Amino acid sequence: MTAPDTGPPSDPAALPPTTALTDGGWHRLHPATPLLRGGIVLIAILGFVLANFRERLVDWVFGAPELPGDPLQTAYERGQIGWLSLIVVAALVVGVVSFYVSWRLHTFRVGDDVVEVRSGVLFRTHRRARLDRIQGVSISRPFFARLFGAARLEISVAGQDAKVQLAYLGSTQADDLRRDVLLLASGAQLAHAQATGAPTALPLDPATIAQAGAEASAGADAVPHADTVAGASATHPGLVNQRMRELLAPELDPALAAPESVVKIPPGRLIASLVLSGFTVVLLIVAAFIVVSSVMGERGLFVILIVPGLAAAIGYYFNRFTKSLRYSIAGTPDGVRVGFGLLSTSNDTLPPGRIHAIEVSQPLLWRPAGWWMIRINRAGAAGEGSAQTSTTMLPVGTLDDVRTVLGLLLPSLAHPAAEAGSDGAGPYETAAPSTRDIVLAGLTARSGDGFTDAPRRAWPIRPLSWRRTGWALTDDAVLLRSGFVWRHLSVVPLARVQSLRISQGPLLRMLDLVDLAVQTVAGPVRASVPAADRATGTAAFELVTARVVDASRTDTSHRWSARAAPPPPTPLTPPAPSIPPASSTPPAPSTPPTPSTPEGDPR
Amino acid sequence: MSRLTAGDPPPPGSGPPDSGAAEPGADASRPTPGDDWRGVSPKFVGVELVSSLVGGLVLCAVTVPFILLRTWFGWPALAVAVVVTIVALALAPRRVRAIGYRLRADDLVFRRGIMFHRVVSVPYGRMQLIDINRGPVARALGLAELKFVTAAAATGVAIPGLVAADADALRDRLVELAESRRVGL
Repeated sequence: MTAPDTGPPSDPAALPPTTALTDGGWHRLHPATPLLRGGIVLIAILGFVLANFRERLVDWVFGAPELPGDPLQTAYERGQIGWLSLIVVAALVVGVVSFYVSWRLHTFRVGDDVVEVRSGVLFRTHRRARLDRIQGVSISRPFFARLFGAARLEISVAGQDAKVQLAYLGSTQADDLRRDVLLLASGAQLAHAQATGAPTALPLDPATIAQAGAEASAGADAVPHADTVAGASATHPGLVNQRMRELLAPELDPALAAPESVVKIPPGRLIASLVLSGFTVVLLIVAAFIVVSSVMGERGLFVILIVPGLAAAIGYYFNRFTKSLRYSIAGTPDGVRVGFGLLSTSNDTLPPGRIHAIEVSQPLLWRPAGWWMIRINRAGAAGEGSAQTSTTMLPVGTLDDVRTVLGLLLPSLAHPAAEAGSDGAGPYETAAPSTRDIVLAGLTARSGDGFTDAPRRAWPIRPLSWRRTGWALTDDAVLLRSGFVWRHLSVVPLARVQSLRISQGPLLRMLDLVDLAVQTVAGPVRASVPAADRATGTAAFELVTARVVDASRTDTSHRWSARAAPPPPTPLTPPAPSIPPASSTPPAPSTPPTPSTPEGDPR
Repeated sequence: MSRLTAGDPPPPGSGPPDSGAAEPGADASRPTPGDDWRGVSPKFVGVELVSSLVGGLVLCAVTVPFILLRTWFGWPALAVAVVVTIVALALAPRRVRAIGYRLRADDLVFRRGIMFHRVVSVPYGRMQLIDINRGPVARALGLAELKFVTAAAATGVAIPGLVAADADALRDRLVELAESRRVGL
């Protein structure tokens, strides 16, 4: 905070050469920021108003009577053109100066531990966020900003509206800054990472970047004074080509992630999944109702409902389709990266250990196709989109896709013994049954398969799904399964569990059952077993509580790269074999009698 | 027909005491100071009585318009409201006895409810902040409610009916425990 308010970095020589943005000095945003943040709209409105109300304005300003002909002409004839142009110029100057001042006062700084943003002209705001509390970094590029080569970067931390927004930055600089911020947050040293982290570097032409930085001034499409700013709006002859390249480039940089760790969704499957959604069912019912009522003679209803209904339905489908088009989820060294969008693109990177719960679910209509959906709970949703987009990890995917995505979301769970696979890339072969294998087996199983299911007497409250309603406990996660028609399976990493609840109403008490719930941060994932045997359930409550305490004590994911530094890599939990989901009591008929599990406190 | 926790004393009418072999086993492996259920102050019955009475009066007041409108269900509704209020008042001492908490080595366990019984366990390190709230009746009786907040909104652990000095001491103790077991989000 003692750094000077403005100015370029004072000592660039001592800084890492990748990007100057993380040098600890204050920087400014892309010079086109005011335009992109609504200035264009303002100018358009101004132009519209001037074009339409020109005569009225002139009348109001000069008090001129109703005159035939063009008021400008009249003004000219009256010798008032000087005043008129003075007013116009003054308005322009005020606008430009206010934009310039607000842009100039909007600065940000990335230190070793914190990222800070200062903004505002009259009401100053200063926001600091700790890097090790980062929950995700998202970069979005609205179509218009893409034309300028600008991007919006958001660093989200846990909490309501707790995010640091940098809008807008240069497109390549946003990528660089994201990488460096995540490197700093990971606990690895930046210099060390640069020496070894060759795969993290973007395959951009260095000459292009250098040229862009050197010649960044007096852009045809940008505000002047671009010499000290973060955004690079170059005007060399390659500008148009560079923009075209950026626009036509694939949404996911191929060098960013190993190809086998990337999951994409074919457009055909996307369309089919939308057609087979619950919305379509509702739509068909409404359509049938309208047709029937119009046949019965109520033509008015038909006319009133059909047009807005059709428009709304098409809008919904189009919105969902474009949101998921060019969708890709990939494992990068910094965490899981989710990207999507055709014209306006957006991507979101979740560092390891920021996923609080995962749910794999299957709507009924998707069952013949064998498609699944994966959603997560996370603290602090990044991105300007709704919570739905930022919590959906896989909109629709096959079982193979589920397998890959689970490996990306929980690398340590997919590799119980292997530490090297924590980057989420590479082939996934494991000898011991990992959490992911249990999940995959449990997805389609009718009962059992590693899960402790509800006893038979649970049928009055779960007539179809009592065989599938159950839980399992592995080395580092608790799994909760339910649903026969709508299949659900939730995975909650033990190190992320906030609290556990066990409850019992009159009905459950009559059946000698309990309701077991694992409570995590808010999100779309439901993590509860609505019916479990009482004795097994209470034992699970105690066991999971003890394991949660142990798991969170050994959890180091807030500095996820720092733990790889010592030579003997320590897994998150003791490398015990997968613990059978059972307690020391063998009460339920579906529970295999197992020896008592190592539930004791190690201290 | 048995309860989720083997409390002391077991609430009356809860059937035979738990035979649950798993629970004592799990507890024995986690020795801790004060590893037993602590109840809330008996004076909290007063708060419960007042709130039940107020709730019952509101319920009765709702039926008055129906009586004035001479609908057929006006008087029966009032009778039901009165019965419900009396039952709620009669059960107040038992409701208060059913509230309990327990400080274990690494987590706090909270339980509540007779008919809808629930037990919540919160590891100390998950605690984000602690509130102490005092309503008007509770303040008159020298009581306070201690509420803790985790990152999960659903946790909802609020221990009512603590003597004010105890609540402050418990808060300081919990903060201390949370500090010594600090974990990430």
